[in-house]
Amino acid sequence: MSYYQNIFTQVQVRGMEPDPGIPVPKLERTGKGFFSYLLGKIGNAQVGPIYLGYLGTLSLVFGFIAFEIIGLNMWASVNWSPIQFARQLPWLALEPPKPEYGLRVFPPLNEGGWWLLAGFFLTASLLLWWARVYRRARALGLGTHTAWAFLSAIWLYLVLGFIRPLLMGHWSEAVPFGIFPHLDWTAAFSIRYGNLFYNPFHMLSITFLYGSTLLFAMHGATILAVSRFGGEREIEQILDRGTASERAALFWRWTMGFNATMESIHRWAWWFAVLCPLSGGIGILLTGTVVDNWYLWGVHHGIAPDYPHVFAPAVDPAPATGVIQ
Amino acid sequence: MKVGLLSLGVVIATLLIAAMLFTPGWVHPPIIAKQNGYRGTGEDQITTAATQRILKAANVLPEVIEKASPDGERATAVYKNVKVLNDLSADQFNRVMVAITRWVSPEQGCAYCHGDNLADDTLYTKILARRMLQMTRHINKDWKDHVATTGVTCYTCHRGQPVPSNIWFENPGAPHAGGFAATNYGFGHPAKTNGDTSLPVDSLTSYLENNEQIRVEATSALPRGDGASIQSAERTFSLMIHMSESLGVNCTFCHNTRNFSGWSESTPQRSVAWHGLELVRDLNDVYLDPLRSTYPANRLGPRGDSPKLDCGTCHQGVSKPLYGAGIAKDYPELGGAAAP
Repeated sequence: MSYYQNIFTQVQVRGMEPDPGIPVPKLERTGKGFFSYLLGKIGNAQVGPIYLGYLGTLSLVFGFIAFEIIGLNMWASVNWSPIQFARQLPWLALEPPKPEYGLRVFPPLNEGGWWLLAGFFLTASLLLWWARVYRRARALGLGTHTAWAFLSAIWLYLVLGFIRPLLMGHWSEAVPFGIFPHLDWTAAFSIRYGNLFYNPFHMLSITFLYGSTLLFAMHGATILAVSRFGGEREIEQILDRGTASERAALFWRWTMGFNATMESIHRWAWWFAVLCPLSGGIGILLTGTVVDNWYLWGVHHGIAPDYPHVFAPAVDPAPATGVIQ
Repeated sequence: MKVGLLSLGVVIATLLIAAMLFTPGWVHPPIIAKQNGYRGTGEDQITTAATQRILKAANVLPEVIEKASPDGERATAVYKNVKVLNDLSADQFNRVMVAITRWVSPEQGCAYCHGDNLADDTLYTKILARRMLQMTRHINKDWKDHVATTGVTCYTCHRGQPVPSNIWFENPGAPHAGGFAATNYGFGHPAKTNGDTSLPVDSLTSYLENNEQIRVEATSALPRGDGASIQSAERTFSLMIHMSESLGVNCTFCHNTRNFSGWSESTPQRSVAWHGLELVRDLNDVYLDPLRSTYPANRLGPRGDSPKLDCGTCHQGVSKPLYGAGIAKDYPELGGAAAP
């Protein structure tokens, strides 16, 4: 009974034929599906049949256009050299328009126009995929929890790349595309606005981010630990509490005095995950629009402690010399 | 299949470990951390024994040349066409010439600057050397805010090479497709000047040649009109990485990183660094940029600009060049304070 004690699924259960799923009205799917041994190691071995529909197809097309705009501009930035493209790929960027362009809708293509186009197509792709997630859930008679959780992530994305730049009056306030460029942007953003760590919504966001990982680890570990008693069949355990559920609950009451239930743990997880980008987005939205220097704001509100000086503090030479650097 | 997957995993793991052990840029313990600020503020300076060994070996002082008397026959009486060192005795003058040869052109010798007629100004290197002597004296005399009485000599930058190893040119970036392809304003390419980040590659031109505003952080908690753009914050960031790399120090050498812009929480070194930036800009604008027409074309940068200096030209990886050895005091001829 050590099936679920490894990171990989040891025994793959599959039917003779791929399962077409429950009959659902107006749900034409492509193909019959097939089995994959490797995917069966980490999930269900059955792949497909899939349903794309016009929302999914358009989303993929728009996403592909955005991907191409970003990728081709990056390749152009190394003069179409395939070697340099591969070498510098993590560094390559597609930058938003310069501050001088403000919110101009059609800046020159080479000075931010491509960035706006890529952002438009990527946003369209995400929103279409969101609608698809919503509609597929409804078609199956499910709740729409996945769609709303996804929307929380889209909210943060839109705040960073669209809503906040609109409020600031400059596209240049938005995030560049690129692997390292968006990370370097994040560091520069925090420095420019006086250290994001003193932004309470950033604090909340980090709490929910780390909290999510903690909850995920606790929940995953609990279910794996009671899988020898059938604990991985969570839905059954929710409806008809079995010994797996009893033991899991007892374990947490023993160790920390309180336990979530087989059902409520998923609410915990959903809210922690959703609140991470939700509160983070609020924090970004307030930065530069309402608060310009979070450290000074923190000092004003008594959340930035004063440390004793162990050396003579530096003196700004600028006022004495009249030179501004 | 299982065996295949397992061996694939082993191969990947082996390759990753090999890459980790043998590719450059990694350091191995022991890490030396020296606490600088108040406990808990993370104001540590981090280095390794191996790095320190390399820097020590690279920053050995040359032997001091025997002192010369300031009295006696004047240099101007012995030599013709003496324009800068005309306040020295002939002995002092000869001493500087010997020193400069050892410091700058030990292999090429006197002929690097002088033709058969010593007074002749035909070689461009001599014109440059004359200007460099003026620059050295200017630094030692007028920039005590940065170099204090430690001062500089030719060796501080040259280290036995006619061209110092740390110089820079305006950087137009690597070749880039033209037309309507995004220019990205110099973002997104790893280089020495941006510390292999995706930050702008040409921040030195912005700050060490042009006089762009380095300070980007808001000075009040709440907004008061348009502040600096994030792009200018990224340029400042790039310059700060250059300073950190040039001096072999962490950000916390000057800053308390919870509040980068605040002077009251910065270390005294930040004021010294501030004067250093002023010094570098002064030297680039007044001494180095105008020499553009003196250099032959092969010594100029991709935009036809003359070589310039930055923090690393003198510092070469240590916070005090040559570990703060008062080299200039041994050479009062160069404007340094005389040894006691």
